[in-house]
Amino acid sequence: MPKIIVEVMPKADLLDPAGKAVANALQRKGHKEIANVRIGKRIELHYATTPTDADLEAAKQIATDFLSNGVIEDVINVTVEN
Amino acid sequence: MKIGVVTFPGTLDDRDAQRAIRLAGGEAVSLWHADTNLHSVDAVVLPGGFSFGDYLRCGAIAAQAPVMQSIIDAANGGLPVLGICNGFQVLVESHLLPGGLIRNEHQHFICRDQKLIVENVETAWTNGFELGQEITIPLKNGEGGYIADTETLKRLEGEGLIAFRYSEVNPNGSINNIAGLRNERGNVVGLMPHPEHAVEPGFGPDTALAMRSGVDGLTFFTSVLKQVVNS
Repeated sequence: MPKIIVEVMPKADLLDPAGKAVANALQRKGHKEIANVRIGKRIELHYATTPTDADLEAAKQIATDFLSNGVIEDVINVTVEN
Repeated sequence: MKIGVVTFPGTLDDRDAQRAIRLAGGEAVSLWHADTNLHSVDAVVLPGGFSFGDYLRCGAIAAQAPVMQSIIDAANGGLPVLGICNGFQVLVESHLLPGGLIRNEHQHFICRDQKLIVENVETAWTNGFELGQEITIPLKNGEGGYIADTETLKRLEGEGLIAFRYSEVNPNGSINNIAGLRNERGNVVGLMPHPEHAVEPGFGPDTALAMRSGVDGLTFFTSVLKQVVNS
């Protein structure tokens, strides 16, 4: 099924407690080479037919207005995946 | 005086908010998330809980609910609206108040009786307090860390839009110890702690006088009733 993929990440300068917890666990497991972990979201919008340019524009708007909160998150990517 | 209390799927503290309204002398009216009708209420409370399971972001899906469009329009027209905990998150996601709320800095869910300083009494919900008064009401949240960009923060501080600050302990890493905000007009107030859990002797926070005798939260509700009567 054709999809539009929206990727959202917490802002770079913001504390990401979930990422920090995972990073701490990896450190404990001996992965000293991993300095930091950040956790974001991948959201799939499924379409019955191949998304048009208008669909992509609409998805970008949805990503900014609803799927992310610009105060705490950045939309990293909005891409069509067939 | 009728005060509406909204119930979303996953709301927890709607009954407590209704009880607080009745104890303050008002009539509590139940409002439903899918119903755009506000039933001629004189004010609205968005109670605490985990609306829509905190999916996507706390308060984000509730902010899109049919009842919220009516509440946003009415709030912009001056209707008093109080957002408590998840209700504060809904207000932020509805852009009725600025900034955002993120997971507590220490990553733990907290539940404690929290001291607050009342920073602004020129609002529908705080006019019964003294400026600078210290109050104690329960705080219980996992995502209560308030953040805003530098410009917004400067505006909040400069225009007196901070309604409450945490006192003694900053429980969740909120920037500038911000516990609650008001809008420019003073009709919209949002805060993370729970005034509706400190309204009746025997069920509130401990005080120096007696266990569980704290009723500092009641003033939120008596304030709005007084304001509605006077307007």
